[in-house]
Amino acid sequence: MSEYLIKNGFVFDPVQGIKGDKADIAVKDGKIVKSSEISSKAKTIDAKGKSVMAGAVEIHAHIAGPKVNEGRNYRPEEKLFGYTPKKTGSRMAGGFSIPTTFKTGYEYARMGYTTAMEAAMPPLYARHVHEEIKDTPIIDEGAYPVFGNNWFVLEYLKNKEIENVAAYIAWLLTETKGYAVKIVNPGGTEAWGWGLNCISIHDPVPYFDVTPAQIVQGLLEANEYLGLPHSIHVHTNNLGNPGNYETTLDTFKLAEGYKAKNKFGREQVLHHTHVQFHSYGGDNWGNFESKSKEIMEYVNKHDNITIDLGQVTLDETTTMTADGPFEHHLTELNHLKWANVDVELETAAGIVPYIYSPNIKVCGIQWAIGLELALLAKDPMRTFITTDHPNAGPFTRYPRVMKWLMSEKARKDQIDAFKYSDKVVAATHLASLDRELTMYELAQMTRAGPAKALGLAHLYGGLKPGMDADIAIYDLNPEKPATPDEIEAAFSRARYVMKSGTPVVVDGEIVSHGNKRTLWVNAKVNENPQVVRDIKDKFLRYYSVNQANYKVANHFVPNPYIIEVDATQ
Amino acid sequence: METVTLTIKSQPVLFLEADNITPDVFAGKSAADIASLHAYEGRDQITLGKYFDVAGKAGATAADTKIVVKGDVSRVKYIGMKMSAGEILVEKSADMYVGGWMQGGKLTVKGNVDAFAGLGMQNGELIIEGNAGNYLGAAYRGDWRGMQAGVIRVKGNAGSDIGTFMNGGTIIVEGNVDVHVGTHAEGGKIIVKGNGKSKIGGQMVEGEIYVFGTIDVMMPGYKYIEDVDLEVDGVKGKFALYHGDLGERHPKRKGQIVYGKLYQKI
Repeated sequence: MSEYLIKNGFVFDPVQGIKGDKADIAVKDGKIVKSSEISSKAKTIDAKGKSVMAGAVEIHAHIAGPKVNEGRNYRPEEKLFGYTPKKTGSRMAGGFSIPTTFKTGYEYARMGYTTAMEAAMPPLYARHVHEEIKDTPIIDEGAYPVFGNNWFVLEYLKNKEIENVAAYIAWLLTETKGYAVKIVNPGGTEAWGWGLNCISIHDPVPYFDVTPAQIVQGLLEANEYLGLPHSIHVHTNNLGNPGNYETTLDTFKLAEGYKAKNKFGREQVLHHTHVQFHSYGGDNWGNFESKSKEIMEYVNKHDNITIDLGQVTLDETTTMTADGPFEHHLTELNHLKWANVDVELETAAGIVPYIYSPNIKVCGIQWAIGLELALLAKDPMRTFITTDHPNAGPFTRYPRVMKWLMSEKARKDQIDAFKYSDKVVAATHLASLDRELTMYELAQMTRAGPAKALGLAHLYGGLKPGMDADIAIYDLNPEKPATPDEIEAAFSRARYVMKSGTPVVVDGEIVSHGNKRTLWVNAKVNENPQVVRDIKDKFLRYYSVNQANYKVANHFVPNPYIIEVDATQ
Repeated sequence: METVTLTIKSQPVLFLEADNITPDVFAGKSAADIASLHAYEGRDQITLGKYFDVAGKAGATAADTKIVVKGDVSRVKYIGMKMSAGEILVEKSADMYVGGWMQGGKLTVKGNVDAFAGLGMQNGELIIEGNAGNYLGAAYRGDWRGMQAGVIRVKGNAGSDIGTFMNGGTIIVEGNVDVHVGTHAEGGKIIVKGNGKSKIGGQMVEGEIYVFGTIDVMMPGYKYIEDVDLEVDGVKGKFALYHGDLGERHPKRKGQIVYGKLYQKI
């Protein structure tokens, strides 16, 4: 296979602690190797005056599956003027907040992202998720099945049967070829089936009579019992409501006293996603304010949790979540079209378009809160950049988010452009934060950090020999200060991107569809006749499909990367 | 103001998608430049010169440009799409999407137009001297932003679903309309000088609809309020005012609930 030598670039690699030193990166057979291990035939890539990083890792985005596709179906207006025709080497691509699968792969790759995780896979529709993942070129992907409102989980936790929960998780991950345990509005989405919700973590779920706190803690224990590569991945109750930061802190506290138990180098036991939506003070939209300081004070002190931002990008977007009641709440607020789906026994979903307008005070405050979370983070290895694509904005806006984080001037310009800038400033802390993230910190928040939190630090997030050759080269020279717009432009179109040793982007254009892989976790547990019987019983009694037709067969996942976990001891 | 004249030479085999026929795109261009602008015939990209003789030249800006389209363009779509200023005169009939997403200027069609004329119109003046098709001044499929402002006047009849998701502006149809008028509207004014059929103002939140003639079936969500004397588009008369659609949510303004208003001439 091919050999490459990337010469003279400024390297930013948190895995090896390289902070912008000039270094050469050698690639052989899809892996990073020592420079001495390649032959003189290696192709040289000149990165002089440019920055070199590992390929970035997306920890939370909604990019594949029935919910995403329903968004595509019901927003034809979004695709009307945004198509780019087929070119040599790339297919037709379109859409903005809900791009086509091809556009998803192309846009991630162009920004230097080489791995992305689909954040909510309804198990019953796992086949659809994998079909879309298969159609998304270049990037490696995995998907998190949702567990937080699953009837098996609710019943086992009612009886505090952690081992049974673990056996069920192991079965479902294998069955759906899933990657991690996702929890969305624990209990609340099931309650939505009864027209109710769980607002605090102590509101019992109707019929099942367990609380969100018990669900989160039970799944956390089961996750560590199995020793999965990723921790539980939580979107807690009460999303998007003024005053919800207390629910968020209560959820964080559920992880106290737990230590990670796994062989992948992961240290957190709870990842909380899109924390921006969960850091709100006040008790109505009039006195709505930022509680990012309270949230980050807690996160900074507790190293067994990680978070991602859910940064608002001030665009017209499409919100979609398995938090069914929240989406209904949203459509009541903005009166735009609403789609709602129930997935039998397992979960639900809702979709509503949303316009984050710079002329609306609340949107400005939401925008500021996301940035504050990142700027108040003491450990960039535990706080990751996301937009909860497409909920707070499309992932294609990451370069803009990076610009805001790396430039106080860019933030000030945006604040000044708000219609109610005084009110936004008064309700937030952002104007008093002068921190500007460095390239090294950015590499921690987008590469090494998420890779480690996902238990994939051996593959992704760094440029150490032995790791996958996922490399991005940007037109940014750390010796020459860049303007905010230059930062955004550089991160929007990487000069050069390599995925597993294959050049996929050259001069910002797609040159190859790569050889994308699907990551999934094969967890082994001791034989558990009760769980086997319960599964069979549920399929006979309740599911509208036969158990034999539930499994995601191998041909749905033509190029798997299977992570083996053995919890039989 | 400079004038560009487009004369159709032969009828395309497939319908022509010619969204480049606007004063904005033509501005600053010579006849030869304009003839080399692209259009789509099915999946094939062709030049306007293939089907049109181009004479004259455009002004420096859209506002200084007038386009006269001669001949039968009833197989040409998107004439005047997104135009922001200037003038277009179509001497015969045109196909769909005439003046779609129009932002300003004046567009006149002497003949008929097919569906989606003035779709998502943001401003300007659209005059159709013949009949209009369905979805006049409506929103594009899936969109909640129909006509926002400006004026559409149809001297003949209009089809169904006119003013769907209309938010502002005025649509005047001097003849009759088919079913579904102002569905989901949240503003704007629709004046029908002829007869209406049924489903007028269904799910309308806000806005005004005037019908001079008959209404075959009144929506059950409308409630008679009072008779009022009005002058509507130069016509004085007594109108019965109905509030609706009562099945829909309605905003409150200054302590008053705002309803959609349907006026029928007595």
